[in-house]
Amino acid sequence: MSNKSVFFNPFSKNNPVIVQILGICSVLAVTVKLEPAIVMSLSVIAVLAFSNVIISLIRNTIPTNIRIIVQLVVVAGLVVIVSQLLEAYAYDVSKQLSVFIGLIITNCILMGRLEAFAMANKPWPSFLDGVGNGIGYAIILVIVGFFRELLGSGTLLGYQVVPDCFYEAGYVNNGLMILPPMALVTVACIIWVHRSFNRDLQEK
Amino acid sequence: MNKQSNTYTIIYIIVMVVVVGAALAFTSISLKDRQKANADADKMRQLLASVNIEVPKERIAEEYDKLITNSFVVDSEGNIVNDAQDAFSINVAVQSKEAADKRLMPVYECTLPDGSVKYILSMYGAGLWGPIWGYASVDADGTTVYGAYFAHQGETPGLGAEIEKPKFSDQFQGKRLIIDGRFSPIAVVKPGMPAPEGEDYVDGVSGGTITSKGVGAMIENCLAPYGNFLKSLAVNK
Repeated sequence: MSNKSVFFNPFSKNNPVIVQILGICSVLAVTVKLEPAIVMSLSVIAVLAFSNVIISLIRNTIPTNIRIIVQLVVVAGLVVIVSQLLEAYAYDVSKQLSVFIGLIITNCILMGRLEAFAMANKPWPSFLDGVGNGIGYAIILVIVGFFRELLGSGTLLGYQVVPDCFYEAGYVNNGLMILPPMALVTVACIIWVHRSFNRDLQEK
Repeated sequence: MNKQSNTYTIIYIIVMVVVVGAALAFTSISLKDRQKANADADKMRQLLASVNIEVPKERIAEEYDKLITNSFVVDSEGNIVNDAQDAFSINVAVQSKEAADKRLMPVYECTLPDGSVKYILSMYGAGLWGPIWGYASVDADGTTVYGAYFAHQGETPGLGAEIEKPKFSDQFQGKRLIIDGRFSPIAVVKPGMPAPEGEDYVDGVSGGTITSKGVGAMIENCLAPYGNFLKSLAVNK
């Protein structure tokens, strides 16, 4: 596989969220508003890229029987560092994301990429793979966050975008969009649109 | 060296743990000051919210220094404890578990722009999933609540988490903590249920019964020891 396809495949054809259906729980949890969705995406991209590189660098030294433990320790260490950084430099967001940053450790995308890619590839392709998959995850998170905040709260990044005259004319924010089930429905809609453009992904 | 041998594995683990541990310790130490500053600023924001003042993030410390003119520590007799630590650094979570007569409770004196004085009291209790806490401000005569602020760590969004919304906390404005010279906790009752006799009450959160009860219990547990202090305010006025 060329470096280019390693980087770009996870955007669409091999997207971790809508094709591999990994990391769904954080998609439900952090996409009520666009801002936490973006911060969560950046955190996942950072953790995924660096853990991929670290594991790829030490892949030949890791004893096979404890490789999952080593991967977990690397991921957990990076996640704690990210969460400490957020607490110091983006306190409000870290309060909002609270446990979900910690739960990046259990995000299946990470373990999947480490085990399937970083353990068998050189650092540079592993870095590209990490960033690519992180961006693939981020795209979906941002799309879901965009629609949920727009329809659920009438705002984007906290700024009101639905004009007041709409509300006066009887428009009401859809409270259902704020609740987790609508994240699933939104993801399902994205998968629907995505598959209708990519016929080779459709099951027979 | 054989990479599959037990010795190699054990040494590998030890080295890895030491390296990761050192990295984490370094991050924690180098970021501690900033994190504490953030947590303090957030506490100041909450204290100001309890006197119904909302300020943008950059101006919190400045407004706090301007409005909170004094802070001191009282015991359950209502006396000011002089040799106690700074009121701001008192851990209300620890104090709220002590017996009422052994507690040290922070009081913040707030002078509003119109010159009126309010006293802010601290609360800490348990909701459904985790801790809840809050601040209540009372008028200078110690009887009537001027404003309240509640926060939580992990209550269910849309249900228990509604206690942090103004819709809930604004109900406390004008409720009495001292009725006929006696301390009376403000009850949190289920909407539609009969109110307790002789006490002021607010409506709980629908669907957040356990959190609402937690708020009621927290008010009773944490504000009752302030009773003597509040009464002394009423006498001095």
